[in-house]
Amino acid sequence: MFIHKRMLLMGALAVAMSALAAPARADAIKQGGSITVAWKDDLATLDPAIGYDNENWAVIKAMFSRLMDYAPGSPDLVKDLATDIQISPDKRTYTFKLRQGVKFTNGRELTADDVKYSLDRTVNPKTQSPGASFYKSIDGYDDVTAGKADSLSGVKVIDRYTVSIELSHPDATIFHVLALNFSSVVPKEEVEKWGADFGKHPVGSGAFKLGEWTLGQRIVLERNKDYYKPGLPYLDKIVMDVGQEPSVALLRLERGEVDVLGNGIPPGRFLEVTRNPEFSKLVVHGPQLRTSYISMNVNMKPFDDVRVRRAINMAINKDRINRILNGRALPANQPLPPGMPGYDKDYKGYPYDPAQAKELLKQAGLADGFSTVLYSSNIDPDPRVAQAIQQDLAGIGIKAEVKSLDEANVIAAGGEPNRAPMIFSGAMAWGADFPDPSDFYGPILGCAALTKGTWNWAWYCNKAVEQEALKADAMVDPAQSGDRDKLWGTIFEKVMEDAPWVPIYNNLRYQMHSPKVGAADALYVDPTRTPFNYEVVYDKTVQ
Amino acid sequence: MAAYLGRRILQSLLILVGISIVTFVLLYMLPADPAAQVAGRSASPAMIANVRHELGLDQPIYKQYFRYAGGLLQGNLGRSYLERTEVTTLIASRFPATLQLMIGGVICELALGLTIGIIAALRRDSRVDQILMVTMFVTVSSPQFVLGIILLYVFAFELGWFPIGGYGGLRHLVLPSLTLGILGAGWYGRMMRSSMLDVLRQDYIRTARAKGLSRITIVLGHALPNAVLPIIAMIGIDIGNFMGGFVVVESVFGWPGIGNLTWLAIQRIDIPIIMGVTVISACAIVIGNLLADIIVPAIDPRIKLK
Amino acid sequence: MTTPSVTAERPPSTRGKSRVSALLRALARRKLALFGLAVIAVMVLLAAAAPLVAPYPYDQQLADGISLDGAPLPPDMKYLLGTDLLGRDLLSRLIYGARTSLVIGVVANGASVMIGSFIGIVAGFFGRWLGAALMRFTDLMMAFPAQLLAILLAALFSPSLWIVALVIAMVNWVQVARIVYTETRSLARRDFVEAERGLGAGMPRILLRHILPHLFPTLLVFGTLGISTSVLLEATLSYLGIGVQPPIPSWGNIISENQSYFGSAPWLVFFPGIAIILLALSFNLVGDALRDILDPMQKGRH
Repeated sequence: MFIHKRMLLMGALAVAMSALAAPARADAIKQGGSITVAWKDDLATLDPAIGYDNENWAVIKAMFSRLMDYAPGSPDLVKDLATDIQISPDKRTYTFKLRQGVKFTNGRELTADDVKYSLDRTVNPKTQSPGASFYKSIDGYDDVTAGKADSLSGVKVIDRYTVSIELSHPDATIFHVLALNFSSVVPKEEVEKWGADFGKHPVGSGAFKLGEWTLGQRIVLERNKDYYKPGLPYLDKIVMDVGQEPSVALLRLERGEVDVLGNGIPPGRFLEVTRNPEFSKLVVHGPQLRTSYISMNVNMKPFDDVRVRRAINMAINKDRINRILNGRALPANQPLPPGMPGYDKDYKGYPYDPAQAKELLKQAGLADGFSTVLYSSNIDPDPRVAQAIQQDLAGIGIKAEVKSLDEANVIAAGGEPNRAPMIFSGAMAWGADFPDPSDFYGPILGCAALTKGTWNWAWYCNKAVEQEALKADAMVDPAQSGDRDKLWGTIFEKVMEDAPWVPIYNNLRYQMHSPKVGAADALYVDPTRTPFNYEVVYDKTVQ
Repeated sequence: MAAYLGRRILQSLLILVGISIVTFVLLYMLPADPAAQVAGRSASPAMIANVRHELGLDQPIYKQYFRYAGGLLQGNLGRSYLERTEVTTLIASRFPATLQLMIGGVICELALGLTIGIIAALRRDSRVDQILMVTMFVTVSSPQFVLGIILLYVFAFELGWFPIGGYGGLRHLVLPSLTLGILGAGWYGRMMRSSMLDVLRQDYIRTARAKGLSRITIVLGHALPNAVLPIIAMIGIDIGNFMGGFVVVESVFGWPGIGNLTWLAIQRIDIPIIMGVTVISACAIVIGNLLADIIVPAIDPRIKLK
Repeated sequence: MTTPSVTAERPPSTRGKSRVSALLRALARRKLALFGLAVIAVMVLLAAAAPLVAPYPYDQQLADGISLDGAPLPPDMKYLLGTDLLGRDLLSRLIYGARTSLVIGVVANGASVMIGSFIGIVAGFFGRWLGAALMRFTDLMMAFPAQLLAILLAALFSPSLWIVALVIAMVNWVQVARIVYTETRSLARRDFVEAERGLGAGMPRILLRHILPHLFPTLLVFGTLGISTSVLLEATLSYLGIGVQPPIPSWGNIISENQSYFGSAPWLVFFPGIAIILLALSFNLVGDALRDILDPMQKGRH
């Protein structure tokens, strides 16, 4: 799959349409109509440098364009604003030719200056972008974050339609980074006009533009008639009803008032829906690039002993946990989720074997067990899963107190070197910012992340593994991508030998929609967008 | 009167200052680091430090407070960390919805509560009284979200009389107002009944009765104004209770009000919003108390103003 | 409308034991109050004897307690009230949960009534600067949205049974203080108190003879209603994830753990809901009866 991705990137393919998104009867799809999506929470902001939530991620993607993007419903990189990419022999300079004639919705043409301005803006500390750190391999990043410069010296405007990006070291993930929302191109004049309120008055060059926003109630997106992809998007209008409890949203979907459940099927009614033949045919499911795990803080006793960490890996009954989740997940045995390059489907992981786990504890001098604390979020079903883990731990003599707190408090506790011995990640499960294995190592298992506020809650650092990871990140050449994926696979197997995590499950995404929504099944489980790519969805009632 | 008023207003202002300080300190002590939240999960330490500086969180707490208080005096509640929008804009956009709900709730609970209370008091110890009292006990003992979900299920989903949640016209307002009102009515009914019984026992009522005044004149003209007295103090207090109720009721009915905003901010620990809502609702509560203190002596001349 | 009762005619000196037994006898004559007392007694007994009565441990996730696709089991002969989402026996959890709810209700509410009435009486009776200072402090506490205060306190401390009780007491005393203050102030200015003052009666005498007896019904109303308020506030805190920590059951956290499954597994909300309502109702019925009995006693004196 990912070799295919890189071929697309290097090949002469111009427009982002994969086989998935362009059904055979593509010509037959008529434009027009509308759909309504229900969300529990408002979209917070539509500023692409700032929005980082499930709710606004796909909307920002649909309202702005970037150099790179993904083919609808797939993790395959494609060119978007870029029409041609040149990579220098030392793999450090990337030159992008821009599509000509692309217009912002305020009527002005998008040029190379805008691309540079947008990247500078995201990295500038004044913008306070949660995505700034993704750009650390671009030359001049350190100067901008330190306040010594306003613009990235590595991003250069060559001419009106050409921009080049220089990296301080070869980085295979740069194309993914340029496909992130934080790389969206914004018009300077609009940003300056609205200042900090740009997020409520967004102007981009994407498939849709903002029609109406009544805070806390609804957002209406309208078709951008000047969109540069001919015939797209299909819909005239997308209505976001926000502030809807998921259970209320489901009732409304059953009555035909809502077409898509942004927050998915509420857990409490999941079995009811899937057991009902009328509703279950409206449900689509597929994988999600997310892994839920237990982190064990290797700084804290007795988790500094690898035997203890391995024992816990053998003590958790993952099948039972999946049963508690109504089977909405797959048991996990390694940090990478299936579908991610580098995932090793032959890896067996630790078996469920409480007897051997007890034996390991005995070897570690803890035959009588010990007491510890297990943190989890307080969002259903996390407290329940934490209690299931608690019972499994009790089975090998470990007495764990469960602390179910607000996410922000759990994250804060994990970010302290000596505060949270064990954390069940659950709702805070690591999900890929982009479909590349390096994103599953650096921020959560890498040595560079060992600072206060880190997401490396295990405080794990293995220098030998770190070296391998640096090596993998430097394998930029698409021809090496197969080797690179293999290398990542072995890296994560070494991590599992040290056992800083107990991988528990990989979430499956279940999406429910009204009969009116026209979209291929794969679209509903788009790995880079929730609920789907708004650009290629159509309204069946206008066909 | 003017001097009394002036003093009470001054006291109220001091209360608000006190509350803003206490809340500010409490939120400052929370373990979550706002700078790390804003900077995102992949942020480097340098980036977090930058954001901390941009937000002014690297300054000592008293300086941070004075900066906040300075903004407050100009009507500026700061900007949400996570939504990056002015807190005043966010609260103002949610306010009409919450105000509707508050008015709807108060009307429901007073209409139901006072009526039930008066009937129960006048028919003391009768079958009617017993049934009403037991009903009221049951309502004050019901968790709000359970009542809300049941109303939603029965009257919106099964019977289809009302919309299934959401915000809009009068029909949307009925069920959430009832949820707030039914629970409040139990309280007011109890209070009204005992207050009414107290008053009916007073000498002047007996005198009025001895004078041969009609029952309706006695109840509405003499007993009611006095019996309502402790209830008025309750309404002021109630605004505080409502703030809690809004969080639950607005989330059950998908009502886009301040409660919804607050609940989200609490979950995300978006401190400027929590702080702003606390200050604003504290203002509402203080004004409610102030009004109660002014109205009570106006109705009952026995309570003199000092 | 009311007939003067015999007890009310007695001089104050005969209070004490005889008054308590008279009270109990009067209580026993009321069917509703008797019902309330019986429910409370049963719940206290169940809570005390929980390990003996409960069919299963409250935290045991039974292997056959959930279906293969993870659904909780409805009530049947093996699990009388069904099981919860982790396959635990609901009846056992309810029995153990009675401990939590009773402790929270009685301790938290007892503390808040004591704090509240002390502050309210002192402020209302002594007036002047002390009263003003106390009432301004009460106003400050009252102007706090209670739930937010509770959340902040619970977030700062690590959540546990006693912290939850403490938080509830910290939030609830304020209302007691306010009402007690209003009543005390109004009483202190009534003619009969003014008259006693004019006759040179001391503060303690006025307080004991005229203020406290009048406040008694109010405090009882709070003492009973407050228990249900405390149980409900505990449910709300649990709903927010900062109440009593799992796997220790309280009726509040059982409801909040399962409330989103109301449609498919109504028993998980229904039974603990009934338990809460029943407990609160019982305290209300008893308290109300007490109030009715006590009321005429004071009435006769002026």
